[in-house]
Amino acid sequence: MSGPTMRWPHRLVAVIGGLTLASCPSRAAAHLVTTGLGPLYDGFLHFALTPEDLVPVLALALLAGLRGVTHGRRALFVLPAAWLLGGVIGLTVQGGLSPSWTALSFVLLGGLVASDARLSFGATTLLAALLGLGHGYLNGSTLAQPWLGAVGLLGVVAAVFTLVALAASFVVPLRAVWARVVVRVAGSWIAAIGLLLIGWAFRSGT
Amino acid sequence: MKRGPAGAWALALLAVLMWAPPAHAHVQQGQAAGFFTGLGHPVSGLDHVLAMIAVGLWGAQLGAPAIWILPVTFPMVMALGGMVGLLGVPLPGVEVGIAASAILLGLAVMSALRPPLAAAVVLVGLFGIFHGHAHGTELPAGQSALLYSMGFVIATGCLHGVGIAVGLIHRWLWGQTLLRAAGAVVALAGVFFMWRAIA
Repeated sequence: MSGPTMRWPHRLVAVIGGLTLASCPSRAAAHLVTTGLGPLYDGFLHFALTPEDLVPVLALALLAGLRGVTHGRRALFVLPAAWLLGGVIGLTVQGGLSPSWTALSFVLLGGLVASDARLSFGATTLLAALLGLGHGYLNGSTLAQPWLGAVGLLGVVAAVFTLVALAASFVVPLRAVWARVVVRVAGSWIAAIGLLLIGWAFRSGT
Repeated sequence: MKRGPAGAWALALLAVLMWAPPAHAHVQQGQAAGFFTGLGHPVSGLDHVLAMIAVGLWGAQLGAPAIWILPVTFPMVMALGGMVGLLGVPLPGVEVGIAASAILLGLAVMSALRPPLAAAVVLVGLFGIFHGHAHGTELPAGQSALLYSMGFVIATGCLHGVGIAVGLIHRWLWGQTLLRAAGAVVALAGVFFMWRAIA
């Protein structure tokens, strides 16, 4: 074999090279969506595409917005701060909470919105802190992979802040009865979804 | 065995094709499908659709606060029924209960029944349990339970919204007559569903 004919050693090299390329390790972005813009934006997008986190935050923002501007401001700063703290704990001590936690946050916050509960200032603060710590901890555990980590968590916290700011500032000025009813209906839907989630969690044994 | 440059190119091409791309393992698989399955489920059965719309029609007939309390009550109690079903608690006569909901809600709209608000809420809530038990638990394998639930609840709420929007014709005399006729149609359909459930 000579000239244009491929010799065995060359073929062997090509096969080995091909197998080497095929087995080349690459990043497995399991359960996360990457933007290609870096971990900060990945974290932001992760929150936006994770209804388990997004919906309870929306519910808390609606709840705080229904109660007025002071509650809205409190939620705006307490929730992201608690989320960051919980996230740092999650990054450090990886673990997880039962999926029932998510379901319970849906039911509790959605139910409070639906009933237009007249919460005290302290209760709003406590709810924001608990929600932030719990979901932040879950986020921290999820984002513990080296390519997201703390910067990704900052992206999530920025997204939380943005959503609370937008939703609460939308609801606070609502005065028309029908408009507030629409917000309460949204709360009832969130609670209903949470009830179904509790059932799913029990069925899957988690 | 002779091989030309084509053989080398083929091997090179094979090597490139075998290059491992980023393995986006499990990235949001089936998520959208779960949402759309849930969204489509309530509108896939006429019995469910008619009962949901009838709740909205009745709420519009009764006026505030029933116009929004009934549609708020139904999805929440329906979800409770779904949760009971998911927990494995059997509920006898589900199909009969769904058919009865169409009959009674249709009759309520037809006769422009005005019971105390609490009684209307209890009636609507009772039927919600049957609908939730029957429809809330049918998640296809591999799809997101959360997004299925979201789609299911949103679709149900939108059906109530359709009922309320149509029911707003109640402010006109001809609208009141039309609403009663619509209630009669729902009740008749309920009789058909009942016959089908029992037969």
